[in-house]
Amino acid sequence: MDTVILNEKDISRAVNRIAHEILEKNRGCENLALVGIRTRGVYLAKRLQQKINAMEKASIDHGILDITLYRDDLGLEKQNPVLKKTEIAFPIDGKDVVLCDDVLFTGRTIRAAIDALVDFGRPASVQLAVLIDRGHRELPIRPDYVGKNIPTSKSMSVKVKLREEDEEDQVVLIGANS
Amino acid sequence: MSKEDILSILDTADSFKEISTRKIKKVPTLRGRTIISLFFEPSTRTRTSFEIAGKRLSADVINISASTSSVTKGENLIDTARNLEAMSPDILVVRHSCAGAPQLIAQHLKCSVINAGDGAHEHPTQALLDLLTIREHKRTFKGLKVAIVGDIAHSRVARSNIHAMKTMGMEVILVGPPTMMPADIERLGVSVCHNLLDAIGEVDIIMMLRIQLERQSRFLLPSLREYANLFGLTLEKLKKARPGVLIIHPGPVNHGVEISPEVMSSPHSLILNQVTNGVAVRMSLMYLLLGGADETFD
Repeated sequence: MDTVILNEKDISRAVNRIAHEILEKNRGCENLALVGIRTRGVYLAKRLQQKINAMEKASIDHGILDITLYRDDLGLEKQNPVLKKTEIAFPIDGKDVVLCDDVLFTGRTIRAAIDALVDFGRPASVQLAVLIDRGHRELPIRPDYVGKNIPTSKSMSVKVKLREEDEEDQVVLIGANS
Repeated sequence: MSKEDILSILDTADSFKEISTRKIKKVPTLRGRTIISLFFEPSTRTRTSFEIAGKRLSADVINISASTSSVTKGENLIDTARNLEAMSPDILVVRHSCAGAPQLIAQHLKCSVINAGDGAHEHPTQALLDLLTIREHKRTFKGLKVAIVGDIAHSRVARSNIHAMKTMGMEVILVGPPTMMPADIERLGVSVCHNLLDAIGEVDIIMMLRIQLERQSRFLLPSLREYANLFGLTLEKLKKARPGVLIIHPGPVNHGVEISPEVMSSPHSLILNQVTNGVAVRMSLMYLLLGGADETFD
């Protein structure tokens, strides 16, 4: 059974709030950079970048991270996930980098992303913004900014749809028992 | 190799290019895997390229040169390969002067084997990096015309490229003296020409092959100078080519024989780009081979 958890407006309000929270915690955006984790984290980061640029009349850096090469489960699946490009065109030394992803689950993706990031330089801090936190962490990883906390059981799955990639903005919980 | 296989290797290679531009040129993907390269013929580019590709993926890479190995004591190919396999490599990269040698090894061994050039037969990774280089500048393969110029009969680079380019929908014209052109090669679906100036105006890409200087003594050429006059690429001849023509060469280059130094440093020349792309293509291949899927690329 599929339940819609967040609709377009909910997502928009969450993104707005996260943008404000980022600015609040970092006291502005002077040192800020947003790095989106492929695939949907990239769109989330882009939207946050636009909001922050508009609010602060600034131009903060945006990067794209593909963590495929840093995964801890390569070779375990039959087929490797498709590799896409990483594009971090700005220096990250001394920056406050906010990693953006759509769903936080076991935390392994974020672990891979942090490893990838430190290969590029030495950020002043790494923070984490996620649209959905669904629990079930397998590593000691925690988000700084969360759109919505959704308690789930392991058998369920959370699907985030964003209009840049899917037809609409929506968060769906799949497999919930009624 | 199918068109899909080729595209998958090229697309993946694209994403690997960026790693070589970082300060820390390493990703942990093949950490702890072992890659042994076994070269029975000399090589600068190919061997270094494979070594760097493996190391940038964090694999352990060991290079063996036949001339300093027990092959000189008479140990045969299969024994050599089996002994190495007993040390659990994940990939064996093999260059040999006999056609089919990597294939033979692959039949006897369980680990993955990559052909880095076997006699005059094939040099598949060269063709792949050539395709990647072409795609970067021409966006699409369909309808592109290529001239491959030189000693076609003895060139594994020519053979691999003919197969690869035909698969991707390109048109291939072979140019060279009749003494260096295999009989009936048109059966591969290519056309043949014995005069560079005839073909040069028709093509989008010119691939120059190295004239193997030892051939001259076998009377395939009257003299290097005559070869250079008829088939060597100079700025003068280039004036007859299309304005956006690309020039590639697998290396090493004989200056002033198949290609003049001025052409090599002209903006048409992508010779050094090829070398850069070689690392990315080999990284791509290693990543795809060790990805867990039971992949075979023929």
